[in-house]
This record gives sequence, C-alpha cells and structure tokens, in this order.
Amino acid sequence: MPTFDYAPAPESRSVVTIANSYGLFINGEFNDGHGTPFDTINPATEEVLAQVSEASTADVDRAVKAARTAYETVWSRLSGADRGKYLFRIARLLQERAREFAVLETLDNGKPIKESRDVDLPLAAAHFFYHAGWADKLEYAGLGPAPRPVGVVGQIIPWNFPMLMLAWKVAPALACGNTVVLKPAETTPLTALLFAEICQQADLPPGVVNIVTGAGATGQAIVEHPDVDKIAFTGSTEVGKLIARTIAGTRKRATLELGGKAANIVFDDAAMDQAVEGIVRGIFFNQGHVCCAGSRLLVQESVHDDLVHRLQRRLATIRVGDPMDKNTDLGAINSATQLARVTDMVAVGEAEGAHRWSPVCELPSRGFWFAPTIFTGVSQAHRVAQEEIFGPVLSIITFRTPAEAVAKANNTPYGLSAGIWTEKGSKILWMADQLRAGVVWANTFNQFDPTSPFGGFKESGYGREGGRHGLEGYVTTGGAR
Amino acid sequence: MTTVAHDLPPVSDNAALTRWLHGLPGVDQVGLEARAAGLSTRSIKTTSKAWAIDTAISMIDLTTLEGADTPGKVRSLCAKALVPDPSDPTTPRPAAICVYGDLAHVAREALGDSGIHVAAVATAFPSGRASMPVKLADTRDAVAGGADEIDMVIDRGAFLSGRYLQVFEEIVAVKEACRRPDGTSAHLKVILETGELATYDNVRRASFLAMRAGGDFIKTSTGKVAPAATLPVTLLMLEAVRDWRELTGVQIGVKPAGGIRTTKDAMKYLVTVSEIAGPDWLTSDWFRFGASGLLGDLLLQRQKLATGAYSGSDYVSID
Repeated sequence: MPTFDYAPAPESRSVVTIANSYGLFINGEFNDGHGTPFDTINPATEEVLAQVSEASTADVDRAVKAARTAYETVWSRLSGADRGKYLFRIARLLQERAREFAVLETLDNGKPIKESRDVDLPLAAAHFFYHAGWADKLEYAGLGPAPRPVGVVGQIIPWNFPMLMLAWKVAPALACGNTVVLKPAETTPLTALLFAEICQQADLPPGVVNIVTGAGATGQAIVEHPDVDKIAFTGSTEVGKLIARTIAGTRKRATLELGGKAANIVFDDAAMDQAVEGIVRGIFFNQGHVCCAGSRLLVQESVHDDLVHRLQRRLATIRVGDPMDKNTDLGAINSATQLARVTDMVAVGEAEGAHRWSPVCELPSRGFWFAPTIFTGVSQAHRVAQEEIFGPVLSIITFRTPAEAVAKANNTPYGLSAGIWTEKGSKILWMADQLRAGVVWANTFNQFDPTSPFGGFKESGYGREGGRHGLEGYVTTGGAR
Repeated sequence: MTTVAHDLPPVSDNAALTRWLHGLPGVDQVGLEARAAGLSTRSIKTTSKAWAIDTAISMIDLTTLEGADTPGKVRSLCAKALVPDPSDPTTPRPAAICVYGDLAHVAREALGDSGIHVAAVATAFPSGRASMPVKLADTRDAVAGGADEIDMVIDRGAFLSGRYLQVFEEIVAVKEACRRPDGTSAHLKVILETGELATYDNVRRASFLAMRAGGDFIKTSTGKVAPAATLPVTLLMLEAVRDWRELTGVQIGVKPAGGIRTTKDAMKYLVTVSEIAGPDWLTSDWFRFGASGLLGDLLLQRQKLATGAYSGSDYVSID
C-alpha cells in the first residue's frame, strides 16, 4: 500500500532575531526591571530562548506613571482621527512583520506555525485595523453621550494567544483614548516585547503602551496600583475572582474574560463530516488551550457510535509534532505546569470511569506533549465534564432531546461559548435562545472576528471584547468618573 | 462498525430510493470548503514532492475531447503517453488515454499492449441528452472499438427532477452494455457533472446513487461545464467512497476532471485523497486525474526536481 509521507517542511526561524535578554518597555524605552530575571523557553524543545526582566512593584509604578503622563499630556488630547492614524500604522506594521511575529509566537508558545501564521497574526492585525476605524467615530457608536476614555488601563493577558490577546486588549484601549500597562504571561512574553518595537517603529508617543513582564506578583502590582483606572484581564476564573475581590470598593472597573467548558452539541440531523471537523477545530485547535474550546461534545445518543467512529478515524490523521513544521496540526503544551495539569485531569477522568482513547502517535522525547485524547462514557457528574482542562482532551456526553442538550450544556459554572450542529435552522435558533453562553456558533466553531463581541456568562466573566460592545469597557460617558 | 446508519434500499421504487438518498447526512457548504482549504495548505517538499509527482503522472487520464479531434491528434497523444519525457526514461506513464468513442480504436492500436488503458466517453457525452437506445449503442460501439474504460454521463435532468430511479436504471443498463462478448467488462466511470448538480447535497446523493448502481468510478465532470472539478467536490466524493466501502466492503474509485492544470493543484488533490479516503486510494486503480495540460506541468516540475533548474514549457512536448 502506498503512503504519502510528508517530508519535513520546517518554517525558517532566521526571520526573527531573539535577544539574549529583554528589559521592560516603559515610557517608550527598554530598561531593566528590578525583580528576578527569568527564562522563557520553547515548550517544544525546552530550549531557553531568552532571559526576561521581572517587573517589581516599583517598576510597575514607573510604568503606571508613564502611562498617566502620556494619558494626561498627549493621548487623551489627540483627536480620534489622529489616534486612528497610529492604530492603522501599527496594523500595517504587524502585517508587514507578520511572518516574524508568527515564527516568534510559535517558538515561545509551542502552537503550530500554521495557526500562528494563518490565525493569530492575521486576526491581531485585523483587530488593530478594526479599532483604528472606530477611533474617530466613538460618538456615533451608541455608547452614550460624549464618550471619554477611562484613563490608565492595566491589562493582563494569558499565554494561549499571546499576540492576539494583546491586540484584543491594546487596540480598543488605544482607540478609545486610554493608555496601557500590559503584562504578558510569564511563559510567552516575547511577542509582546517585539510589539514594543512596533510601537517605537510607529512613533507611538512614549508611555501610551508600556509592557511589563513578570508572573503573578507583577500582575498583582498592576491590579493593586491606586492610579490604574481599569483592569482588563483574560485568564483563569480563579485569578479573575481574586482580581474582582482586590478591586472591590475601589473606583477601578474591570472586564474579565475567564474560563469555559463549552458544549459542542451535535444532533442526529447534523452534517456529520463537517461536525467532525468542527469538533476537531473546537478542541484540538491550539492544543485545546482555548478558553472557549469545545471541550464537551454533547452528541445525540442515536448517532453517538457513528460520530465517535468518524471522530476517531479523523483523529488518526492529526499530525502532532514540531510546531515549526508547516504540516503540524497539534503542537506542544505550553508549559510543564500545564502538562501536569492536563495529565492529572486525564487521570481523574480515567479514575472516574470514563473510557480514554487516543490515536497512535509518536510524541517527541523533549518538550511538553500530550496526545489528542477523547473520553467516552462521560457523565455530568464527572470532573472532566465540569472542570476546564485547557488541553487537547474532549469529554463526550450523550443526550436524547434538545431540552436535555440545553440542560446539560448550561449545567456548568461557565458560560463562554457553545456550538450547535444541525441542518435544521429552527432548532439552531431555539437552542441559541436557551444556551447561557456568550458566543453561540452554528455549524461552525472557534471562528473569531474583530467585529463580533466576545465574552462570557456566569463564571466565564463579564464585559465584552470586540465589536461595538467591546468599546464599552474602554469609555466612560456622561458625568460619571 | 458501519458508519452510514442506513440500510440499503430496494431499488425498484423511486420513493424508496428518494427516502434513502435524502436520508444521507447533509453537507455543510462552509465547513466542507473550509476543510478543503485547510488541506490545501499542506506543504509538500523534496522526497514527498518527487513521489507525489510520479504518482500524479501515473494517475492521469490524458484527455482530448474536442470536435476537432482526428486520428492524428489521438496518435500524437498516445505517443506522448508512451514516452512522456524522452529525456528521462524513468518517467512513469499516465494511466489512460481518454477520447471520444469513435476514436477508441485509434488509441487502442497506438497503445497496443503498453498497459496504458483506453478510456472512451459515451452515452451522448457531454450532455447525455439522447434516448436510452442511443446511449447504449454509443457505449457498445466504444467497447467494441477497444475501450477498457467507459466514462458515461448521468442524466442530470432526470436527477434534478427527482427521477432517481431512472438515473439508477440507466447506469445499470450502461454497465451491462460495457460487457464484452468474452464475458469480461469495461470499467465504468460515472460522470456526475457536479457543476450542473449545483449543491453539495446533490453531489453526495448522486455519488451514492452511482455507487449503488454499480459504477466502478465516480467522476466529477465532463470538462465542458464550469465549474468542473473543485477540491471541495472531490473531497466530498472521496468521503462518499470511503463511507461506501465501510458500508458495503466495495471500493469505488474517484476521478476529478477538468480544471486541474498545475502540479500544485495535483498535490492538493493527492493530499486530500490521502487524508480523506486513505492510502488505499493512492494508486491509478482508485484515483485518476482527467486532464490534458496537467501532464506538461508535472513533467516540468519533475525535471526541476531532478536538475535543480526550470527548463520551460518548450522543453516538454505539448502532446
């Protein structure tokens, strides 16, 4: 039998230059932090990529001061049209340097180059373009009378889409006239630091964007800083609650985009082959490191066996390995910590009695890897049906009627996203009405667009990002401040 | 485990056939096209590319289907098939020469016992608008002329007006007309003309209908209607033959035809064959390209891989 073995097709890393060490980006310049420097590694090889400064509380204070000064003296005084010009410039620079960013993202994060190249970077640029267009039209966005910026915004982003989450945060903040202190995740700081170069290249006034690297303590310093007007956070529900508690009773506002345990609901009248693709995209896109991942498959009992068979057949063709190879579908788990978490949760699933299955696949010996995994025989009571795993692990649950599907889909503390698969339009509309989820996809999954608001119900957080609704978090209207 | 949760229907009754075909899972257009676009991004390099080029060449039905065709033109095409690249004798030969039925004997004579098949289009190709006796005579004539393979067209009018039983019975009858006096039979490729079926749901139904009626291959297009072969349509038909084998144990071939002109295109199709239907379909017994210009580009790319330099279109023969 002939086989079509794809020869290695590695993307070249020569397009990007990684420095040995990086400082903090404060007031338009790089300077060393006063905390303990830490390494950032390539999770696919465990190779150290660079040493990164840790921002101390004093460093965060410098960054906030720079942001405040830039806000008071420059950025809030610029016309919307002028702010828009800077954002357009940043968007174009991101497009021009997209390959460099994509390679760096894949090296630092472990995601396949295919995804950083085709999803993360194009979308990041699109967010800047989209918000650049809003900058001079905020009065007409229906946000209320005379929208004004909030002030200095502290932004804390996760490691799963480092550059894209930066764009989601920075673009609307700047468009609305705010200045920013942003902290990228400690395992994926490099593209944010490269973005600092873009800010310089775009001649963005110093202090409008400040990037401070570090872990939880640095984030806490931002959240607790008295001169920060708003916190925008994407990350775990646990940390989100901590932030909400910290800022309670202060003037600070917050938008929180937290965890999820999305149901991807497949009815017996679905377009099955495309549903299989949607399931794969739902849970194996970005190694399942997606807050809105379709980590629960709710399948109508009458087609369960057929669908599982189709899914298993499909998963046998998933290519796991070197993220820099253009044919890789599933890359590395982002960190040893996350790998341990995924491994533990899968052990829990097995102990709970769910049936575990993975395709035959050879995992590299170095780096952090986890084979695509599905659990059948999962029930609502299982932890793998309730808790976010944040890895390439799918829990399959059955239902009998649309009402039961809704009940099970809504029966988690989360409510970020959901997917519906049926060829029947009326069922889509009925389901979408019943599902308590911020995003409901019909016959597709994990589609993102800057024009579409994104955010959660319940413990998945509050506030929206993207679209007109996303602007609301970055303006204040009327007399209140 | 079967993957298509439908029992095979009785075929004596249009209503039963309709229920079966309409009970097949639907096709979501956006999802199907996204899947095809995803497979198109596979990067095929070095040794894989060399293998894929040779495989693609061996899968070509080298085709001339013009009103202006002559014995001379057909002989010229046969000569090209026999020696695709005079500068490199290791170049594989295409699978077949595809001509109109009246020229099948010319191709037969020119190809001799080379192993290259003669494929002839029949059944009032390309429209299929003729009475059954005419279609059957057309078929028998081509078989008698030495065709190893018959590329028939379905009656798209009948299909679109829901007369599935009629389409089914025509395929069965043409299959019967493919039988030779010695009891052997020409292979039957069933052209769905997907550009006229218009929807992916129709393509899936027509694929299952053709397979149920005994077609050995399902083929996308005549090449006379736009769009001809597309990657999503071919992907869908590859899903159909994959599912059909799981359901019945019978393997059916797939032939996209028309519009596939470049090596890059051919790579995308082979990736799709490999990842959708699986490696069992990666031979000329189970997958063909209906094309005329494709061979030239494959030969150019083959030379490029061997020598490291592009020659140019004047360094491969036009036919």
